[in-house]
Amino acid sequence: MTPSIAGEKMAAIGKTVALEQAGMVEQPGWTLPDRGRVAVLCLFTTEFALFTIFVVAYVFYIGKSLTGPTPSQVLELPIWATICLLSSSVTVAIAERALKANRIQQFKLWTGATILLGFEFLRNTAVEWRHLIQDFHLTITTNLFGTTFYSLVGLHASHVAIGLSLLLLALVLGLRGSMQGQARRFELLSWYWHFVDAVWVAVFTVVYVIGR
Amino acid sequence: MATTTYFPETVGQTEALPLPSKLHEWIVTVDHKRLGILYIATALFFFAVAGVLAAFIRWQLAFPNGTVLPPDVFNRFFTMHGTTMVFLVGMPFFAGLANYLTPLMIGARDMAFPRLNAFGYWIFLFGGILLYFSYVAGEGLAGHGTAPDVGWFAYAPLTERAFSRGTSTDYWILSIILTGIGTTASAINVIATIISMRCKGMTLARMPLFVWLMLVVSSMVLFILPPLTAGQMMLLLDRYLGAHFFDTQAGGSAVLWQHFFWLFGHPEVYVLMLPGFACANEIIPVFSRKPMFGRAAMIGATVAIGMVSSGVWAHHMFTVGMSASSNIYFAVASMVVGIPTGIKIFNWLGTMYGGKIRFDTAMLFCIGFLFQFLIAGLTGIMLAVAPFDWQVTDSYFVVAHFHYVLLGGLLFTLFGAIYYWFPKATGKMLSETLGKWHFWLLVIGFHLTFDTLHFAGILGMPRRIYTYAPGRGWESLNLVASIGVIFQAAGVACLVWNIIRSLRKGAPAGNDPWDAWTLEWATTSPPPEYNFAVLPEVRSSRPLWDLKHPEDPDWRYE
Repeated sequence: MTPSIAGEKMAAIGKTVALEQAGMVEQPGWTLPDRGRVAVLCLFTTEFALFTIFVVAYVFYIGKSLTGPTPSQVLELPIWATICLLSSSVTVAIAERALKANRIQQFKLWTGATILLGFEFLRNTAVEWRHLIQDFHLTITTNLFGTTFYSLVGLHASHVAIGLSLLLLALVLGLRGSMQGQARRFELLSWYWHFVDAVWVAVFTVVYVIGR
Repeated sequence: MATTTYFPETVGQTEALPLPSKLHEWIVTVDHKRLGILYIATALFFFAVAGVLAAFIRWQLAFPNGTVLPPDVFNRFFTMHGTTMVFLVGMPFFAGLANYLTPLMIGARDMAFPRLNAFGYWIFLFGGILLYFSYVAGEGLAGHGTAPDVGWFAYAPLTERAFSRGTSTDYWILSIILTGIGTTASAINVIATIISMRCKGMTLARMPLFVWLMLVVSSMVLFILPPLTAGQMMLLLDRYLGAHFFDTQAGGSAVLWQHFFWLFGHPEVYVLMLPGFACANEIIPVFSRKPMFGRAAMIGATVAIGMVSSGVWAHHMFTVGMSASSNIYFAVASMVVGIPTGIKIFNWLGTMYGGKIRFDTAMLFCIGFLFQFLIAGLTGIMLAVAPFDWQVTDSYFVVAHFHYVLLGGLLFTLFGAIYYWFPKATGKMLSETLGKWHFWLLVIGFHLTFDTLHFAGILGMPRRIYTYAPGRGWESLNLVASIGVIFQAAGVACLVWNIIRSLRKGAPAGNDPWDAWTLEWATTSPPPEYNFAVLPEVRSSRPLWDLKHPEDPDWRYE
């Protein structure tokens, strides 16, 4: 084989490979699940296991603190924060549909709404923590309740913060006009946001209902 | 002759690059084969390091009242040896094999996420470097310690601030969290690759057993690493923010750490071991010239091991004072693991039975594995009996048992895998003569060391003591065990020499030196960056057999 033919063949193969990696070419009659969805579901599995361990530690230490304050003395149901976070799942779903239908203005609007709701949730957490620390002198070192409460709620809040950063990124990209055709990626991000929401339902139940 | 390759002819040769460009290519690579080789080379490097630590430990223990290592150095050595072997040798071997072979075996051009793959490798590598950096920087406050010295399972409250001053324990925590992130990234990538990247016709039922086992291992990783990571995060909170998770003085529970650690630690043994099984699943049929006996049973047994092994962790904790019912449950559940493992042994024996066995080095290692792993399993069942465990727990009997599993079982299959797939990865054959020296020296050394340590343990020698007084009947056993190390080291030296020699002047391997049946042998050795010029189409579980024998293909019978 002469070098030039070899070169052409290389180029042709390289092109096919590039197309395949972009998910453009499939072997006809053969489709498999989307790799992004599979990977995100795997990520949820491992995150779910991580939260489970923190929840187990929380439940294991309920009522085992040697000193006060106890949950029933200091915790109040975060109803407003929960309403914000749960409704942000609805807004992100609307944003996702808007992006799929290529309605960019609506996408930006609803993503912005989601971000505002997420920030409102985090603000409520911050206010709650300040209240606990300043008025009840409950810190992570005070007792086992403080230890498990701040670490479990903090772990969840850090996941909300990660989700918010990604949503902000999507919004900025949307404002710069480069979110067209990214519906598949934004779908995965919205899944993550729903996951964070679902975890909050569990945290809420364990910390504010059972633990109180 | 029918075409037996999905890569009809060599397409262009890579030109010889100057050394800096070559190194640069390795650093920026996202190719699954290069990353696989990087993983395995790094694993071998850390294996040598941890092996040297083990050699010093055995040297110290060869004679009573040994003075080779002071006690604090001894504590660091066994901690680093254990941590390195599990997290920096066993895990990257899994990641490396999965990376190199999975896409080739399922007829894909790369992993699902090549860049995530590179991220996983580099974060693992820096995690490993961080662990050893503790020797330089672990001094911390007022010269407390250098490297971690709390044992590889780092029991609380020894790891709390009050008892573990300085930063050595933090190096242990952070480096293991980092390697864990890398392993999780690999596991997610492997699963996504296996689910979403299979070539046409590669149904789950036709997938090679190696790939099946990697799927199970990766799924296990998703569930078992978080307990360790969560426990380590809690430990960091304890140490730096004054939390009380494992602080018994504030009502915390030291036993909770043990539960979290072994919730990871026991399934981890299977995460380490299943890749070894995966290699045996490919090697034993090819060298017995028969398809796998009881393929479906092998898959079922693997899934069963994955599930059952996650519910047996507290058999590491029989002596911490659990309730009688917990002891009974964990004893019985641990014995149940023996059932699927036994099924696998019969799968391999049934494959060899009546086969035309070729005793190449790869196969020798797998046969050695079968014998040794059987004994490891039997001592495992002994240890699952709680009253027996009370007698020998934390003794050298336990040390001998898990080294039988991980060295006699896992390491033998991994060495077999090196002999089997080295020709594919490099295009050069390894020397069979040196390979046989490697095998027999390792077998002799392994049995000298670890058979005798069982008896030392039954005679009451505790693990982790840095020396012992004469007159307890342990002297000759320890001396023999230490002499065994010399044979093992000589065996591994044969492997190193064999690899260097082959890379320089090994016989060319050709595409398919073993006359095998899976897709990685259908491309060139080493495979081009894109693996297959034409994506394969598969109709049976032995696609290459079908190509080689169009007159009698497997798909007629499946």
